[in-house]
Amino acid sequence: MNIQNYSPAPLAIVAEQLSKRYGDFVATDAISFDVREGEIFGFLGANGAGKTTAMKMLCGLLKPTSGKASVAGFDVHSQVQELKRNIGYMGQKFSLYDDLSIEENIRYYAGIYGLGRKEIRLKSLDLIETLGLEQERAKLVGSLPVGWKQKVAFSVALLHKPKVLFLDEPTGGVDPLTRRQFWEMIYEAAGQGTTIFITTHYMDEAEYCDRISIMVDGRIEALGPPAELKERFGAASVNEVFYQLARTANRTE
Amino acid sequence: MKQFFAFVKKEFAHILRDRKTLIILFGLPVSQILIYGFALTNEVKNSRIIIIDHAGDEQSRKLTQKLDASNYFEVYRVAQDISAVQTAFQKGEVKMAVVFPANYGNDLHHQRRAQIQLITDGSDPNLAAAIRNYASAIILEYQRELNAGIVLPYQIVPQVRMLYNPQLKDAHNFVPGVMALVLMLVCVMMTSIAIVKEKETGTMEILLVSSFKPLLVIVTKAFPYLVLSLFNVVIILLLSVFLLDLPVNGSIALLFFESTVFIISSLALGILISILTSSQQVAMLVSLMGLLIPTILFSGFMFPIENMPYPLQLISHVIPAKWFYGIVQGIMIKGLGIGGIWKETLILSGMALLFLLASLKSFKIRLQ
Amino acid sequence: MRIVYFLLEKEFKQIFRNPSILAIIIGMPLIQLLVLPLAANYEVKHIGIAVVDNDHSTYSRRLISKIGASPYFSLQDAPLSFLSAAEAVAQNRADLILEIPAGFERNLIRENGQQLFIAANAINGIKAGLGTACLNRIIEQYNEDVRAQMVPGAALGGMVQLDIAYSDWYNPLQLYHLFMVPGILAFLVTMITGFLSAMNIVKEKEDGTIEQINVTPIKKHHFILGKLLPFWMIGNVVFALGLLVSFLVYGIVPLGSILLLFVFLWVYLLAILGFGLLVSTYCDTQQQAMLIMFFFMLVFILMSGLLTAIDGMPLWAKVVAFLNPVTHIIEVARAVVLKGSGWRDVWAQFLIVGVFGIVFNVWAIWNYRKVS
Repeated sequence: MNIQNYSPAPLAIVAEQLSKRYGDFVATDAISFDVREGEIFGFLGANGAGKTTAMKMLCGLLKPTSGKASVAGFDVHSQVQELKRNIGYMGQKFSLYDDLSIEENIRYYAGIYGLGRKEIRLKSLDLIETLGLEQERAKLVGSLPVGWKQKVAFSVALLHKPKVLFLDEPTGGVDPLTRRQFWEMIYEAAGQGTTIFITTHYMDEAEYCDRISIMVDGRIEALGPPAELKERFGAASVNEVFYQLARTANRTE
Repeated sequence: MKQFFAFVKKEFAHILRDRKTLIILFGLPVSQILIYGFALTNEVKNSRIIIIDHAGDEQSRKLTQKLDASNYFEVYRVAQDISAVQTAFQKGEVKMAVVFPANYGNDLHHQRRAQIQLITDGSDPNLAAAIRNYASAIILEYQRELNAGIVLPYQIVPQVRMLYNPQLKDAHNFVPGVMALVLMLVCVMMTSIAIVKEKETGTMEILLVSSFKPLLVIVTKAFPYLVLSLFNVVIILLLSVFLLDLPVNGSIALLFFESTVFIISSLALGILISILTSSQQVAMLVSLMGLLIPTILFSGFMFPIENMPYPLQLISHVIPAKWFYGIVQGIMIKGLGIGGIWKETLILSGMALLFLLASLKSFKIRLQ
Repeated sequence: MRIVYFLLEKEFKQIFRNPSILAIIIGMPLIQLLVLPLAANYEVKHIGIAVVDNDHSTYSRRLISKIGASPYFSLQDAPLSFLSAAEAVAQNRADLILEIPAGFERNLIRENGQQLFIAANAINGIKAGLGTACLNRIIEQYNEDVRAQMVPGAALGGMVQLDIAYSDWYNPLQLYHLFMVPGILAFLVTMITGFLSAMNIVKEKEDGTIEQINVTPIKKHHFILGKLLPFWMIGNVVFALGLLVSFLVYGIVPLGSILLLFVFLWVYLLAILGFGLLVSTYCDTQQQAMLIMFFFMLVFILMSGLLTAIDGMPLWAKVVAFLNPVTHIIEVARAVVLKGSGWRDVWAQFLIVGVFGIVFNVWAIWNYRKVS
């Protein structure tokens, strides 16, 4: 039973008729949805369906062609600076510098977000300890196995205590055990009030989310808790739901 | 074989899709030829001079006019104070000052003898020497005009004839150089960076693991640049012949053959660099600083090799471009056949072979 | 502003951690600075000349020895005919041929005049031009000697004579490398800072780390400052090292103010870095960035007056040279080092380069904003 469905938690993300057009091509077609604080929201869709575009708009990386959206209470059109201060982001390439050590990466990103010197030191120690990377703290990130890189990147993205954390296909290329551990980290963050907005290819991960949406050809074709969608589509897994919807798609990458 | 062509096709597609790169790759020879052919000149033309005229009489004015009228000079200013020279030099306004003494006209008239002072900005000693020569020649000519009617006894008259290049065009000098430069650039820099990029992004491993022979992987990467380079040779030749009126006195087939040898040697060098370096930045810096610049310097097309201190001359012998440059010049301008350039061809081929072997060896060591 | 500090810290760590880049940044320019001036030598000296002496007289031999004594020429062979002399030219052993006809001495004395035949390998215009001019001067001087010998002074009555006094300022020993070193240094600094800055930003684009930067609240101008400053500093270091090397190896001491040199460098670096930045906004891959920069660098170096004089260029080329920032720093470097030019002499160049700096950087920032 999902408590979130009952208690009126404030909205972390609101999107209203959000669209992005490139000439004649409509990447994102008037999508509307909202995400409550502390929710784990899965944003699914095939390649080319418009997921990344939508996420970029919410992060303040792309200007929408039309429609409205607000993240952490800040408008994506007019309050981009404050918006960015309150979100975290972890891209597909993890965005850590391979030629800097773990410590140095932490220092860098913490500094960028305006954390004070003492704070940086404390958080750095904390992060390294939590991940159990004391021995590796001075090692260059490039030499770490993918799983560790991923965990460090995740933790770094949370350093400045963002209200919303955007994850763009963060579990690509890691083994199932590491994936499981990663999801535990996600749960913990959500438990502490951080809203998680995650795009993924892995349909089984969709099952871990509170609610998911499935995009096809730039539009949201399904939106709701995984259990509900499975019932609605008469499918045994989210994978099947996705399959049913994706088959009707015109756009593939 | 079929695999090879499939891979090569993919490489070509990559390159052709990158429009910015293509524009530059073909824009390079065009721009070089335009610059060398029409902008640069080693001739002394319109060099600005300042006249310090203390006399201000008809004689000094006449000579001033004569200097101004010549193609060599352009009178920038006429002043009366000698201090103007220092300022003009320091501001970079003029390259020479011509000083007429206060009694210039009088002296000429009464004493049949006067002195003119030529002050040159010696920063560029070559230019200064040339300017001195030309100014002296004009003054001497003026002197002859003043003495018109008086025949000088024991007059030696040199007759000058120009070989190979009757109009003294520099095009013959630099076109082979541009060819060498552009080919080297494409083959060394582009190839090395392209291969290193694959190493960096990790796609190289994918190729190495495939059933495809690893050495051929590298060859397929380099092959498109061979074709591009030959294209460039054609472009350069067309531009030279039609835009610059440069003759091709020798065999074009031979020219292409030699170009291919040179291209292969450059590609091998590019491959060698890509094997030995680990990042695109380093590959670029090494190709640029370590190869291209020495090539520009030591190939002989910009700076005469015989002017260099002996150890540097030795270095130039190691630069493939130097031999290629001589070969192209020989074929295009002197019309030499394989008989005249077999020695250089042998050396160039030897170098190509050497680089190929070197890259083969390091490939085996590094990547296998 | 604290943010910029973190940005710089990261940049420098990355640069110093890459030993090859460091070595190349510092090492290559030094080597080039040591090698280039020696190689980039347009001085006309030791031109191979093949003299065909058909006369074998005292007079012809005197002329030949006079030519041999000149530092400009180097006597090659002693060819017996014009044809073998031409061979020498074809084989690049000689660039000039002087043919002294048979009966030279006899005819000169009897007929009062004689001709000499010069043929020049015109493939190399500089050599041909200067070579023939020098040879003509030597022949003229020889002519005057002969005349003075045969007809002492008085018989020249009625003739007007113009004496020319020569003065050469700033380079008493006429050393070509004095001229080249400041220019080369300026150019090297340009290349390094330009290339590195352009490729650095594109690398972040290629690696994807720029996306991460874009989601942070970093202000654009802070980010750009964080990218430009490290290379600005490196430019200063390279320049300082270069000056040191120029002093130690060539004994070059700037006649003018070193402070002036550096202040101009500061403004100039902003322009060049702005240009690198601009190029990087148009490129997606490091390969592209490098190629485009190389293209421009090649144009810049050729049209800068480093190797050939700008005065002789056609008007359109002069405009291009004017729009080329490298032209101006080379001018200033040479002027200040060799001629002791001061602030007032170079204010025009300051202005021009300053405008470039503003234009390039603004354009780049504007471009950058568009992308995101």
